[in-house]
Amino acid sequence: MSFAWAKQYEPKSDFTKWVDEKLPIPRMVYNAIGGGYPVPRNLNYMWNFGVLAGFFLMVQIITGVVLAMHYTSGVDSAFGSIEHIMRNVNYGWMLRYAHANGASFFFIVIYMHIFRGLFYSSYKAPREMIWLLGVVIFLLMMATAFMGYVLPWGQMSFWGAKVITGLFGAIPFVGEPLQIWLVGGYAPNAATLSRFFSLHFLLPFVIAGVVILHIWALHIPGSSNPTGVEVKAESDTVPFHPYYTAKDGWFLGLVLIIFSLFVFFAPNVLGHPDNYIEANPLSTPAHIVPEWYFLPFYAILRAFTADLTIPFTGIVLVEAKLLGVIAMFGSILVWFFLPWLDKSPVRSGSYRPLFARFFWFGFIPCFAVLMYVGGAPAEEPYVLLSQVATAYYFLHFLVILPIVSQIEKPKPLPFSITQAVLGHKEGDGTSDGGGDTPGKVVKPLPGGSPDGSLQPAE
Amino acid sequence: MSTAETSSEEGVRRRDWIHIAALSTAGVGAVGVVIPLVSQMAPSADVLAASTTNVDVGAIEAGQTIKAVFRGQPLFVKRLTSAEIEQARSDDAANMRDPQTLADRTKEGHEDLLVTLGVCTHLGCVPLGAAEGENKGEFGGYFCPCHGSHYDVAGRIRKGPAPTNLVVPEYEFSSDAIIQVG
Repeated sequence: MSFAWAKQYEPKSDFTKWVDEKLPIPRMVYNAIGGGYPVPRNLNYMWNFGVLAGFFLMVQIITGVVLAMHYTSGVDSAFGSIEHIMRNVNYGWMLRYAHANGASFFFIVIYMHIFRGLFYSSYKAPREMIWLLGVVIFLLMMATAFMGYVLPWGQMSFWGAKVITGLFGAIPFVGEPLQIWLVGGYAPNAATLSRFFSLHFLLPFVIAGVVILHIWALHIPGSSNPTGVEVKAESDTVPFHPYYTAKDGWFLGLVLIIFSLFVFFAPNVLGHPDNYIEANPLSTPAHIVPEWYFLPFYAILRAFTADLTIPFTGIVLVEAKLLGVIAMFGSILVWFFLPWLDKSPVRSGSYRPLFARFFWFGFIPCFAVLMYVGGAPAEEPYVLLSQVATAYYFLHFLVILPIVSQIEKPKPLPFSITQAVLGHKEGDGTSDGGGDTPGKVVKPLPGGSPDGSLQPAE
Repeated sequence: MSTAETSSEEGVRRRDWIHIAALSTAGVGAVGVVIPLVSQMAPSADVLAASTTNVDVGAIEAGQTIKAVFRGQPLFVKRLTSAEIEQARSDDAANMRDPQTLADRTKEGHEDLLVTLGVCTHLGCVPLGAAEGENKGEFGGYFCPCHGSHYDVAGRIRKGPAPTNLVVPEYEFSSDAIIQVG
C-alpha cells in the first residue's frame, strides 16, 4: 500500500529472491521504512518523534528484559534486589538508570508526538485510526509505567500503588470488591507486587503489537505533513530511505546526547528521593506525588474537592472522589472523539489563525499549569488553579475546538506540497481557506473514497 | 441429502440444534477456563487467614492511641478521655458530611474505646494524630497530611476532601481486655 510511484523492492541475490518468495519480510521492511515508502518532502522536526518513540520502546524492552534477570518480586527482597542491581551487578547501575530515565524520555517524545498530532490535526480523516491506536498505546504506556514504578517497592511505589488502586474503589457498587481483586488483598502486598511485575513484563510487548498496527494504519494514507495538504504527485514526496532515515538518525543522535546527560550526570533528578526508602505500609510519605509524566492527570484527579449535589437539598449525586476519577479518565478518553469534535476542513494549525491562538495561548499553558499544580501540595492557591485549568482543558476539547472550527476563516492553502516548498509560481489559483478539497477532508466514519489526490496503489 | 429433505428444512433446521449445542458446550468450557484465571487474582488463602487480628486493649490509658496491623493496614485503637467523650457527644448533632454519633461508632458499655482503620477514606494515606506530638487537626482527632482531611475525636470527617468517616471495622470483645477485629 503506497503511492503509484513508490519504488518496488527488487531482490538482488538468489538468496533474497528465495526469501522474498517464502516470507517477504525484507520487502515489508523496504515498503515500511525503506526506499519503497514515499514520504512528504516537507516534514519538519516535529515528525521525528514517532521514530524516537519506537526507539525508546526498544530501549525499555532491552534494558527491562536484562533487569528482570536480576530483580526479584518478593516484598522482602524487591527493594534489596534493586540495590543489588545498583551495587553488585556489572553495569547494573547504568542499565537501571537507563531504564528509569528511558521511561521519562519515552514520555517526553510521546508528548511531543501527541502535541504534533494536536497542532497539525493529524487525527483527521483519513488518519483517524492511527490516532485512535495512538491513544490506546498511550493508555497502555501509562499502565505499564505505573506498574513499573511500583516494582522497586519504595515508599512512593507502595503509596502510589495504594492511591491509584484506590481510585477503582470510588466506582459505585463494584468498586471495593474490584479494588480487592486488582490488588489481591486489602492493601498492596506480595500478590500485588508479583502481578505488577508479570504485567509490567507483558505489556511492552502488547504495546509493540499495537505500534505495528499504528504503523500499518499510517502506511495506508501515508504520513501527514506541516501544510496538511495531501500528497498529489511524485514531486511532493521523497523516499523514506535515505532521506528520513538520515534525518531521524541525526535527530536520534541529538536526543541520545541529552539522554546520556541524564543517565550519567543527573540520573535521579526526575525521580523522588522517597523511593529510596523501603515501603512501609504503616507510614505515609508527607507528600505523595506521581512521576512527572502523570502530573497533569493527577492534577485533574485532585481538582474535584466538592460533591455534586442537588442544590439546597444536600442530596449527593456524585461524590467528589468519583468525580475526580471520572474526570481523570475522561481527560484522555476525550481524545478518542477528537477526529469528530474538530470539524475544520483544514488540517494544519499553521493555516488556522484562531485555532493556533487557542492552541499556543490556551491549551499549552493549561497543560503546563496542570503539570505544575499536579506536583504542588494540595492547598491554595494550587487547588483553585487546578480547578480553573481542568475546566479549561475540557472546555478546549468539548467547546472551543468545535466552535472555532465552525467560525474560523483559514488562511489560503498552497496548491500542493511542492508549491509550498518551492514558493508560489504561476499565480497561485487557490481559493481562500478551501485549499485543495475543502469539506472533503473531514469525513464521517468509514466508507467514502479517500481524497481524490490519494490513490493507494496496493 | 435429497431435495425433499432440504425443502422440509426451511426455517429451523436440525443442523441449527447442533450449532447451538456445540457452541453452548464450548461456551461452558470457556467459562470454566476463565473462572480460575479471574479467581486467582482474588486474595489468597493466607491473605484471608490474616483477616482477623486480636488486639490487647487492656493496657491502653485514657488519651492514648495504639497502632496495630489489620489486613496489612494500620489500625488505630484509642481510649478516649472523659473530656473527649463529652466533646464527641456534644458534636453528635453538628453538621457533618457523614453523620454518625459516638454511640454508633463504639460498642455499648465501651464508649471510651474507639477502634478505626488508620486509613484516610480519601486516597488511603495514614492520618497523623495517633502518636504523641503529632498534628491532630482542627478537631483534635486525626489529620491526614496528604490532602488535608480533618477528623474529630471520634474519627468523623469534619473538614477536607475525604468522603466518609474513618472506617470502624467489625470487631467484638472476646474478653474485657481483648478485641477480635475482623
